[in-house]
Amino acid sequence: MKNTKENTVDQHAKQRDIDPAKVRQTEIVISYVLRIGVILSVLLVSAGLGLIFAHHSSYLNFSSHTSYKSLTSSGYNFPHTVSQLFSDLAHGRGRGVIGLGLIILILTPVLRVAVGVLSFIYEKDPPMTLVTLFVLTVLILSFFLG
Amino acid sequence: MTPLDFVLVLFLISIAAGVLGSLIGLGGGVVVVPVLTILFHIDIRLAIGASIVSVIATSSGAAATYVKEKMTNLRAGMFLEIATTTGAISGAYLTTVLSPKFLFILFGTVLTYSAFAVYHKRHAAAVLSVSNDKIANYFQLHGSYYDEAEKQEIAYKVTGTKLGLFMMYIAGMVSALLGIGSGALKVPAMDLAMHLPMKVSTATSNFMIGVTAAASAGFYFARGQIDPVIAAPVAAGVLIGAMLGARILSKVTNGAVRIVFVVVLVVIAVEMLQRGIS
Repeated sequence: MKNTKENTVDQHAKQRDIDPAKVRQTEIVISYVLRIGVILSVLLVSAGLGLIFAHHSSYLNFSSHTSYKSLTSSGYNFPHTVSQLFSDLAHGRGRGVIGLGLIILILTPVLRVAVGVLSFIYEKDPPMTLVTLFVLTVLILSFFLG
Repeated sequence: MTPLDFVLVLFLISIAAGVLGSLIGLGGGVVVVPVLTILFHIDIRLAIGASIVSVIATSSGAAATYVKEKMTNLRAGMFLEIATTTGAISGAYLTTVLSPKFLFILFGTVLTYSAFAVYHKRHAAAVLSVSNDKIANYFQLHGSYYDEAEKQEIAYKVTGTKLGLFMMYIAGMVSALLGIGSGALKVPAMDLAMHLPMKVSTATSNFMIGVTAAASAGFYFARGQIDPVIAAPVAAGVLIGAMLGARILSKVTNGAVRIVFVVVLVVIAVEMLQRGIS
């Protein structure tokens, strides 16, 4: 009885003798997911900053009436709900564009875990599929608990 | 100082934070938080919000390169995330029970000890060639990477998975409780308990900290702690710095990474003890 059980475990391990070519493909895909998220986020965040300075010339050096403190203290009203963010975006406000860039930045690791689940399914690796699926579940749960 | 000056100065400092963080597996909060609070007199709540953004930026910016170069142990990282994510959730519930002062002193002490332990291990045999660790064998967590400093492929085995999981659970809990220090505990867990090479430990920590931080980032955003004018130069600067730093790691030695990590760990430990006492 014990023997057969060990045999199945061995077979499992053998089945999981993973194809290095597939592993390489997965690594490349995960690396691309991260890179695209990162580049998109840098572009949006910089564009948003550009918009803020374009709309408020008093923030620039040559007509320096404003101190940075008005924008970096608790009095500065910036979006912190999704609806505020969308309204800022609809009005073409720089801070809304920055917010979108930051949300893409925050979601990149989550997307990376989701791609991890798919890639372990593709590699036919059930234990690691379960592991990543568990991590993804806890991660999504934590968004709702917060 | 005009908003433009502020954005430019913060952008340049953030590039440096990204380079440092990507090399030693930390989020760059160790640079960003003191710069914002001490140099620019910004409210600590907004500084911590910027630090969370910096952690995610360091992680994703560097990991793209590390994963491609196999510097990150992808399987071990994803496996250990079981413990960091559950730790983060338990931490979120403990915030109401435990006093932050007590926690700062406790973790300041733990980090001081880890700094000594990581420093002490500098002459130990570099990698394991056999492992009897059942969990590591079953999930095939062992790996190999090409070391440009030593000009050779280095294969290593992983051990001590149970202790590693426990330390990762604590790391997840601490980052949820204090908003800092997740990488500072992750690197020692992999270096000391699981015997991963130092550079693989920092690269894998780097890979993992983004997920731990993303779990709490939504919460910080909803509470209005992520100011776009502070977060934008931090995110852009750290991302660029981390992409640059990731090109350096393969070329420096494991020993050099270890020393820089120990020095930064001591700085964080002192900072934590100070916050606990004052």
